[in-house]
Amino acid sequence: MNAEHPPRSPLHQPALHDSGYKHTSGEALYVDDLPLPPGTLHALPVGSNVARGRITACDASAALAIPGVRAVLFARDIPGDNLIGPIVHDEPLLADGEVFYCGQAIAVVIADDIEACRDGVQAVRVDIEPLEPILDIETAIERESWLVDPHVIARGDVRHGMAHAATILRGETRNGAQDHFYLETHATLALPEEDGCVRLYSSTQHPTEVQKLVAHVLGLGSNQVVCEVPRMGGAFGGKESQASNYACMAALGAIHTGRPVKVWLDRDTDMAQTGKRHPFWTRYEAGFDNDGRLIALDVHIYADGGWSIDLTGPILDRALFHLDNAYFIEALRFEGRACRTNLPSNTAFRGFGGPQGMLVVEEALNRYAEQMELDPADVRRLNYYGAAPRDLTPYGQQVTDNRLERIHTELLTSADYLARRDAIERFNAGSRFVKRGIGFQPVKFGISFTKSILNQAGALMLVYADGTVQLNHGGTEMGQGLHTKMMAVAAHELGVPLASVRAMPTSTEKVPNTSATAASSGADLNGQAVKAACEEIRERMRPVAARLLDVPAADAATLHFEGGYVSAPAGGRVTFAEVATACWAERVSLSATGFYRTPGVHYDAQAGRGRPFYYYAYGGAVTEVEVSGLTGEHRLLRADILHDVGASLVPGIDLGQVEGGFVQGLGWLTMEEVLFDANGRGLTTGPSTYKVPAVGDVPSDFRVSLLERAPQPGVIHGSKAVGEPPLMLAISVVTALRHAIAAFGRPGYEVQLAPPCTPEAILRAIVSQRDRALTHAVGLARKVAASPEL
Amino acid sequence: MEPVRFWLNGALVEEHDASPTTTLLDYLRRTLRQTGTKEGCAEGDCGACTVAVLDTEGPSSARWRSVNACLVLLPMVHGRHLVTVEGLRRDGVYHPVQDALARAMGSQCGYCTPGVVMSMFEACYRDDLDEDWQVDDQMCGNLCRCTGYRPIREAAQAIAGLAPDDHFARLAASQVPPAPALSYEAHGQRFFAPRSLEALFDILDAHPDHRLVTGATDLGLDVTKRRKRFPCLVSLENLSDLRIIEARTDGLTLGAGLTLADLELVTRRLLPPLSRMLRYFGARQIKNRATLGGNLANASPIGDTAPVLLALDASVIARSRQGERVIPVDAFFEGYRKTALRPGEIIARVDFPSTPTDARVGVYKVSKRRELDISAVCAAMRVRVGDDGVITEARIAYGGMAATPSRAHRVEALLVGRPFEAVTFEAAAPAIADDFQPIDDHRGSAWYRRTVAQNLLRGFFEETRSARFRPLPEAPSSTVQVEVAS
Repeated sequence: MNAEHPPRSPLHQPALHDSGYKHTSGEALYVDDLPLPPGTLHALPVGSNVARGRITACDASAALAIPGVRAVLFARDIPGDNLIGPIVHDEPLLADGEVFYCGQAIAVVIADDIEACRDGVQAVRVDIEPLEPILDIETAIERESWLVDPHVIARGDVRHGMAHAATILRGETRNGAQDHFYLETHATLALPEEDGCVRLYSSTQHPTEVQKLVAHVLGLGSNQVVCEVPRMGGAFGGKESQASNYACMAALGAIHTGRPVKVWLDRDTDMAQTGKRHPFWTRYEAGFDNDGRLIALDVHIYADGGWSIDLTGPILDRALFHLDNAYFIEALRFEGRACRTNLPSNTAFRGFGGPQGMLVVEEALNRYAEQMELDPADVRRLNYYGAAPRDLTPYGQQVTDNRLERIHTELLTSADYLARRDAIERFNAGSRFVKRGIGFQPVKFGISFTKSILNQAGALMLVYADGTVQLNHGGTEMGQGLHTKMMAVAAHELGVPLASVRAMPTSTEKVPNTSATAASSGADLNGQAVKAACEEIRERMRPVAARLLDVPAADAATLHFEGGYVSAPAGGRVTFAEVATACWAERVSLSATGFYRTPGVHYDAQAGRGRPFYYYAYGGAVTEVEVSGLTGEHRLLRADILHDVGASLVPGIDLGQVEGGFVQGLGWLTMEEVLFDANGRGLTTGPSTYKVPAVGDVPSDFRVSLLERAPQPGVIHGSKAVGEPPLMLAISVVTALRHAIAAFGRPGYEVQLAPPCTPEAILRAIVSQRDRALTHAVGLARKVAASPEL
Repeated sequence: MEPVRFWLNGALVEEHDASPTTTLLDYLRRTLRQTGTKEGCAEGDCGACTVAVLDTEGPSSARWRSVNACLVLLPMVHGRHLVTVEGLRRDGVYHPVQDALARAMGSQCGYCTPGVVMSMFEACYRDDLDEDWQVDDQMCGNLCRCTGYRPIREAAQAIAGLAPDDHFARLAASQVPPAPALSYEAHGQRFFAPRSLEALFDILDAHPDHRLVTGATDLGLDVTKRRKRFPCLVSLENLSDLRIIEARTDGLTLGAGLTLADLELVTRRLLPPLSRMLRYFGARQIKNRATLGGNLANASPIGDTAPVLLALDASVIARSRQGERVIPVDAFFEGYRKTALRPGEIIARVDFPSTPTDARVGVYKVSKRRELDISAVCAAMRVRVGDDGVITEARIAYGGMAATPSRAHRVEALLVGRPFEAVTFEAAAPAIADDFQPIDDHRGSAWYRRTVAQNLLRGFFEETRSARFRPLPEAPSSTVQVEVAS
């Protein structure tokens, strides 16, 4: 950046994370760091120790006898409605008569300090008569234990397509759950206010929902509840719906005791009680023509939703919407069902079902390539969406601004894919115990909340008479850099330096009726709302500035707002602050709200048709791995990513989202394994047993680029959503592992590998590959022996 | 009654009332309301609570050490200097590590960041971080769920070994006296940290309800996860007698009180197999606190140093008021978390005989994640091969396969007297099933443990057929280092 010619706006420019120095100095405050008002109490839930059963007795007397324990609250102590939930109110905040999963909250203990609170939790006696739980998808299917109605998307005649296929692959796949492992566990501080009102400081992606559900549980109006989010220490979807439960507990405690109450979960409680990414089990049949085109795909997917509905419906929808990923499939039938089990209620997690859907078609393509001994990248390219009629998704949306071919060509060239694949084949031929593999993964991901009404956002801009600015918008900051982007948008629209703009904590008293900061939509939706609010104020300031600059009112539109000045084209400028002061003196309003709704999105779930997405985000990754045939361990040697973020609002922020998403995806696919015992009790409720990637799991050769010259029409300043799409680039790791594992056997054999590809899963796949090669050799030898002519 | 006294970011803190099992993290956050240091797990596995302690007791000069505050008990910082994230910025100027990380955009949500900063702080003053992989090892105990690590790695590499001549370097060089003895009591719980063996044995006699502790990286979990309280804890941390390093022509003696970080460094030259195992033993923060004696006294089936000691024919030297007693490592582990130590005895040191010139040695640790994980299987193997190519002696030791770390005697018997060739190891491998009946758990199935144990035997031959011992390269794809043509 040249100091003499500063860019006219911070948009599309390098910038630091707006909290970067506060993070590194420890000054950044999270809910558990907030100074506590005198008299603050601590509350924790008492969790069920069985997965399913009838509560026969509850006794809090031993807990209440502990010094410092102030109250133990049960369902009967809830003044409003005990039933909550983000879409359907099917979750008792506190169990009422029955328990449905191990860890389910039965009571809330409130005490002077956290130690007394923990003692109290241990002392509450709950007798439960156990009933037989459902702990896996297969059992749920057998017992027809469903959470929501099936969702079907179909096109053409899939049976006819199969009948004309040259190759048909049938199979089952599954994927594991994934814990969010946000570094900051769930936390809410609730303060009782006058007139029975409550103010909450909550670590939530969805302050409006916290506000609504707290009001619902306490029997209050939404106007009696304020929810503020200072910032989150990570969320990834885990704080979209499930922060509400703990916020409700804190609020309940505050109303009951008349004192501030904080709920902050320790890691084990958080991991035992909260939902994960949905595990899926899938049956599929894939028909390919002679050229390798996927011409028919019949899929039944079953999601494990856990004990309550939560967001399972839309997650299942998004899985169906991404079963096609980047590929045109002529005839298809996708059916999705969600199972009710006695496990924590699975919930939103970056990708929101999309990754699970994509895994299915990617496995079919990988198997086909393995069987036919083709380069899987070629098979993918052959199947991309293209010109009409190959441009219609299964639900009838046209794929526009298709960047798949461009990414494919640019990435495979920059990553030197073909030459490296050759080199790997040579390496593998000469290496017995160690094999390498390379994998390419394209991604197309739909952007918008698929429930179309959620695609709205608001902002509130406040300009003060000294020219400084407060920025309020409905989005929450969980680390993704949304505030940094919104500050850039606001500074650009008002023509002020970034230093004049302060991003305020998200609060329901500033912007009402917000949607969750989710679905990668934060910058798209809130950015437009911020822009609209700023424009409103700027246009009001224009005539005032024109008078200050002696510019005729008719020419006010020619004034430039930039860099802290308002300048006339003919020369002459005044500071933004001077204009703001003049506006105050002339009694011109310096605050405005902004609002945005995404145009043109709609979806009819009954028909399975519509335009659920405003646009698509694209990306590609090439990954190289090295696998040990002795232990099943592997290492990522190199990863190359080319991702489409349009004209990035703040490139450094987007780069971080791409890299972080990819690594979170590889964690899900290679090492993160959520396990329960035979009674439904979580076995992996801390980082000592649940392994997320560490620094050494990331390739030291990690080359990430943003697609250049790719502005997206109709989106805030040509940018694109970035939060979720890069996660699925990690499927390239699976393809690379399969390549390496296949090299332990004979060509032409499919690899038997389901994620998470832990060392054990990989070693099993290698053993199976070797065994089949051995069986083949033995068979060949028998044939030889039995053939006298040889 | 004396208080716990320490210096937090230069200011003296005195505490008379906190229970001795109060963790340093709780004390910082709840009592002192210093909330920069975060709690992410309270089990030493995420690093969000990392702080730096000035270590005056190690074999080299005083130096800053990153430690997990969640696993340090408050009395353990008595007499020490402590730096937290809040203390780095001085006179309004950010420390180079804060600057480097913020500029690299190495924080997103920021919750892991204070811990990352403090691990970088140690790296900044280390003088032995020559290679990038060592910087990865330094940082592997800090989990970040947002960034994907690339910017953290770059920032850490940029500041590693920078060693600015600043306040912190000067404090480390200022001859800070070693921590004094401590005798502390609060809420009916006692904590002793004697400085001499005589004082130690007096305390052990006077308090039969004592529990010995050194780094507390395991005992800390009893406190944070199982909410255990101990009537009397006796820390061996201040006993300089337990930190000897003695290299002789006929062997090596390593004090039981040496931290694993120091051991990793000194054994790189003196006993490479132990150094190789220690690389993946745990995070830097853990290795800065955990000790050799602690790892052995725990007698965990997955204590990673034990198989190495078994393979190298080491002996544990137990010390009591009555004197010393030599316990061959083979006889040390008596059962699940049970050792041959008698009441009143401590582990003073471990003796390693010198490795015969005809020995071939390999050590392996296999876990779900390479760094910062607990073994599914770990193994250490040593065979001696005569001039005629025949195996004359075999030590094949495993962890994670049974209730204690143990040798595979059946396998050993099948190796001795046979030629050092692939077929010999192939023939011996199935006997793993006779030696061990491993369990299924979240770290791996019995099938996996058995198969890997057998494959490690095969891998050991491949690894040592042309080299007596191989150190780990910077980024191995496997715990076994077989030769590959690149």
